[in-house]
Amino acid sequence: MTVPTSAALLRVRDLKTYFVTEHGRGTARAVDEVSFDLYPGETLGIVGESGCGKTVTSLSILRLVPEPPGHILPGSLIEFEGRNLLALAPRELRSIRGNQIAMIFQEPMTSLNPVFTVGDQIAEAAIIHQHLSRRAARDRAIEMLRLVGIPDPDQRIDHYPHQLSGGMRQRVMIAMALVCHPKVLIADEPTTALDVTIQAQILELLDGLQQELGMAVLLITHDLGVVAGHTDRVVVMYAGRVVETAPTTGLFERPTHPYTEGLLAAVPRVHAPRSRLHAIPGQVPAATDWPSGCRFHPRCPYAWDKCAAQEPPLLDAGEGHTARCWLVTEPERRQAKP
Amino acid sequence: MTFGSWLALMVALVLAYEAVRWLRQRALRDGGGRWRRFFRHPTTAWGCGILTFLVIIAIAAPLVAPLDPIVQPDPVGLKNLPPSWTFLMGTDVFSRDVWSRFAYGARISLGIGALGALIAVALGSLVGAVAGYYRRWIDSLLMRIVDIGLALPRIFILLMAVALWDRLPFAWLALVIGLTSWFGTSRLVRAEVLGLRERDFVVAARALGAPSGRVIFGHVLPNAAAPIIVSAALSVGNVLLLEASLSFLGIGVAPPTPSWGNMIADGALSMYGAPWTTLFAGLAISLVVMSLNAVADGLRDALDPREDAA
Repeated sequence: MTVPTSAALLRVRDLKTYFVTEHGRGTARAVDEVSFDLYPGETLGIVGESGCGKTVTSLSILRLVPEPPGHILPGSLIEFEGRNLLALAPRELRSIRGNQIAMIFQEPMTSLNPVFTVGDQIAEAAIIHQHLSRRAARDRAIEMLRLVGIPDPDQRIDHYPHQLSGGMRQRVMIAMALVCHPKVLIADEPTTALDVTIQAQILELLDGLQQELGMAVLLITHDLGVVAGHTDRVVVMYAGRVVETAPTTGLFERPTHPYTEGLLAAVPRVHAPRSRLHAIPGQVPAATDWPSGCRFHPRCPYAWDKCAAQEPPLLDAGEGHTARCWLVTEPERRQAKP
Repeated sequence: MTFGSWLALMVALVLAYEAVRWLRQRALRDGGGRWRRFFRHPTTAWGCGILTFLVIIAIAAPLVAPLDPIVQPDPVGLKNLPPSWTFLMGTDVFSRDVWSRFAYGARISLGIGALGALIAVALGSLVGAVAGYYRRWIDSLLMRIVDIGLALPRIFILLMAVALWDRLPFAWLALVIGLTSWFGTSRLVRAEVLGLRERDFVVAARALGAPSGRVIFGHVLPNAAAPIIVSAALSVGNVLLLEASLSFLGIGVAPPTPSWGNMIADGALSMYGAPWTTLFAGLAISLVVMSLNAVADGLRDALDPREDAA
């Protein structure tokens, strides 16, 4: 586990990605003033429920949000090695996509093109960015398949995606993403679609590759187990906002935001006495009308009138820990309402 | 008919029949799922056979045809003769050998059909892909053009175009027909691309840094191949019919060059006395269109991804 010392590789500041909904139901503020840093070599986890803006955040970094209806608001900053990705010309942006910053998607079933062999798809990035010949790109693809632990790579390379299992396909996706040895890998729920044993294998593979290639990983997940085992720092998102950031160990020892607390309580425990699973009451509200004040207050067990009136900023809770919650200033109120 | 042309005709028949039979047997015995589905219906095999035969006739026209299709041997004595061993399909009002004209006409008609369809499908795919992928104003613009193209009767557009240039050479005629036949295909391809552009693998390709052109032609269009191929097969028939109607109206292929449409036009006046002058060309046009429909059905079955589950 590395502790960030050097300058941030990727800086996201005040990222706002809004979607214009049809029929005039207003603007969905899917990502609203999200800021975080990613340091070289570290793994940063982004956790949150479905619909809280994790995926839109990750797509925004490479400007892959479908436009329209989505758009990234001016004033947002996504800085990679000192260059603002949001201001880059399309051509320069393309030279970063897949080359410096690569991405793995949630669904290995649908993220591979069904009409091409996996070899063609892995070779593609090498052909685009490194201008390799077909022959050299093919050798490269075989090498990548071996790297991600696929047996008989020189045979598998000519297989079509539908001939492979889900875990194999996710390995192929990883091989595709890593062909050009990117500095940043964005993994958007890389294991959600896989079963648990395969999930563990894929995450171990990612950890190993990260060590080997020295890249930074942005791991987006809703699974706190994955966060605990595979990240150095965590960003918790709720309703389009960052609500808590902390080193991974700190987050689990001392969850500060009530939402994080709720998420941790909702994890089923093997050794605990049997009881109903804890759940956070209610659902993430619609992105078109977030609640006033703190966006979590309608679901928060500690909420008082100040929470509904005024949204807290990210407050420093010490030891690299920040939380968007008034409890940081008034800790005595951390008592559930009767 | 000379001995040589009889021989060539027999060879063409046997060749077409055997080639299709061999392919079908192979496909049904040990071909993959696609080939088997393609040949599942006997009509598809018949369609293939008929098309193969006509294509061979077109290519080998100088061997198959005993006489020059344009020459008029004896406009008085040999006029409107019924089919016989010497004149396989009889002679027309100008004493020309209908069979020779049929064979050379196949060249022109099938040639224009294939070339026109190729142009129409290429252009339609391009326009449909661009409109469907980029959306926004370019989509609206292109689709309004398509709406206009579909709303105007095609034959009038062609009449206008043809009127501007008087008699068009063969390639130009194919081009003009192709340029007015792509509207339907572009709508079809656009609809397909609209669905495909939202698919994860398209986002994945963009995330790899692939430029738009590469995404469209390398990732999106290959996934739309099935409807494009089927529409190409149907287009050939449409273009062929269009060429025939233009030629019938006297503004298509310039006489005396034979095309199936020209032959019908030439024989139309003597249809009651000498039906063979129009019958064979008309039959060929219908057969080709029906065969292409049968083949398109087979292709649709063969390329249907739902039948290709992992």
